[in-house]
Amino acid sequence: MKDLEPETPFEINDYIRLEQMPHFLCPGCGHGIALRALLWAVHELQIDKDKLAVVSGIGCSGRLSAYIDANTFHTTHGRPLAFATGLALARPDLHVIVITGDGDSLAIGGNHLIHACRRNLNLTCMMLNNEIYGMTGGQVSPTTSSNRYTTTTPAGNTEPVFDACALASAAGASFVGREVTMQVTGLKNLMRGAIEHHGFSFVEVISDCTEIYGRKNDLGMSPEMMLSQKATMRPEAYRNTVDVPFRPNALECGVLTQKDRPEYGSAYREMTANLRAKGKQHG
Amino acid sequence: MANRVNLQGNQACALGAIAAGCTFYGGYPITPSSEVAEAMARELPKVGGTFIQMEDEIASMGAVVGASMGGVKAMTATSGPGFSLKQENLGYACGAEIPCVIVNVMRGGPSTGMPTRPAQGDVMQARWGTHGDHPIIVLTPASVSECYTETIRAFDLTEQLRVPVIVLIDEVIGHLVETVDLDDLTPQTTVSRKFADTPVEGFEPYAVTEDMIPPFPRPGDGYRSHTTGLTHMPNGFPTQNPAKAEAALTRTTDKLVLHKDLIEFCQLIECAGADLVIVAIGISARAAEQAVRDLRGQGVNVGLFRPLTLWPFPETTLKAAVQGAKAVLVPEMNQGQMVLEVERLMAGDLPVHALNKIDGEAITPSEIAAKVKEVL
Repeated sequence: MKDLEPETPFEINDYIRLEQMPHFLCPGCGHGIALRALLWAVHELQIDKDKLAVVSGIGCSGRLSAYIDANTFHTTHGRPLAFATGLALARPDLHVIVITGDGDSLAIGGNHLIHACRRNLNLTCMMLNNEIYGMTGGQVSPTTSSNRYTTTTPAGNTEPVFDACALASAAGASFVGREVTMQVTGLKNLMRGAIEHHGFSFVEVISDCTEIYGRKNDLGMSPEMMLSQKATMRPEAYRNTVDVPFRPNALECGVLTQKDRPEYGSAYREMTANLRAKGKQHG
Repeated sequence: MANRVNLQGNQACALGAIAAGCTFYGGYPITPSSEVAEAMARELPKVGGTFIQMEDEIASMGAVVGASMGGVKAMTATSGPGFSLKQENLGYACGAEIPCVIVNVMRGGPSTGMPTRPAQGDVMQARWGTHGDHPIIVLTPASVSECYTETIRAFDLTEQLRVPVIVLIDEVIGHLVETVDLDDLTPQTTVSRKFADTPVEGFEPYAVTEDMIPPFPRPGDGYRSHTTGLTHMPNGFPTQNPAKAEAALTRTTDKLVLHKDLIEFCQLIECAGADLVIVAIGISARAAEQAVRDLRGQGVNVGLFRPLTLWPFPETTLKAAVQGAKAVLVPEMNQGQMVLEVERLMAGDLPVHALNKIDGEAITPSEIAAKVKEVL
């Protein structure tokens, strides 16, 4: 990453694999906006694409890595953080960015998320929260809002909703943020802060699944869904009034947590370098 | 210069990995394999490598595959229940052709079973544990020195062929302490994968080469390629085109057939002219070797066929080894797994007898000798 701003304006075609177009996302899906914001941040930070590694899991979010002109790894369901941990430790010269979804990282991959937060390895994790398992046809996810209809909650969702950012903060993530896709510039800035942060950074992107979730719950077209997401953001002044893992019907946005904790990879390398310098080891 | 040390099988696997150039270990504690992780935690920092204990077995396998995707030699170790959990990401490594070594120290099963007791119940899990048709190589050391040399061979094979390699030992071999001379056992050279070095323009990460092993695009070298667990085309991107899907899957399995001679490794003891050939691995093979010596002393013509490469099973060598024999005996610490493969290969030409033990104790030479006398 360089100190100076890039000389050329952001052009998304410089960062995607045009030969992979057309993409397979549904009309109205918010994931493309999130991808644009991510790549815009990459551009502003002038990250060398050869040194950029994007690791994704399974689901709609998981398919995004294939469209990025970088070293891309589409891994197994829920495990991208585990793969990324190995990759980042083995290759600290790479910028490793994980793209995951609400099912991928909060349900099947929940254990990996909390330990990635705790470990504080230098990784950037962008979680696209569309409240649904879209790829498999619209089943309930840990972030599906109360009473919403999905194919596996035919009478409405009765399970409590997971607050991913509260979880990440509580588990020790040193950078946590949330943004809606309506705020593309805000999301770009948030992603930029997350990538620049030395340690584990977690960004929840409130995305919209218009085609399956929106249609099933009569939430309108994509613009209506995005506007209602924007409208449910919690005002800054109320930020610290409720702090439980079960989210009330309001969202905090922007940078929610930023703290200085030892980065795991650097700490491990320093420890091993000291051991080698001593030329001996205890035990 | 001699470098004679007393080592446990598990520790020998770890030191073999270091000698092979392994620089990444992702592990999770599980009896009876934990000594592999403990040794790697001590040894890897000395060579500038990375040890990490992950949050679970699934994550440790993911981290190993992730590290290998970065271009380094990577390993993990586990036992039955953990091996079950690793199958998902092991399958990814099979499909995406990511080199890695997994040491599986077999204990009694199913489920938690008998954690500190030996078994050989993972013969089939090692071959077919992950879903779908997939290539895999399984090696079966039967001594501490072989734990060392076969782990080195495991790395050479996985790196060269881009196929995951399982080092399959039982709890007895894992915890057996023997004196070994590491200098004698350490090879002069080890093998690393073939990294892509052709022009970036037009590069295809899974191009069909003459040796069926695509050169590995190392991140940072400019190839910016895509890796996926989805069935993919030579360019690395997913396909559901029937012809392309079949071609992709067939190449990964045909690769092992093409390089059969490199992979297969067996030991034949007194098989020539034997009336009965015993087929055994691990501690059961050690007992069988003693039984062969005892029986030969009594004038009974028996031999031992020991497939150090268990999968793919060395078919041709076994068929040659049993020429002239009247019967085959397969002693194993399970209810009959390897015997199924031997029966398949004998195809009714020779009677195949089984000696099975699932009580958490190793099979003894006298039990094998008694069975030989019973069936001959």
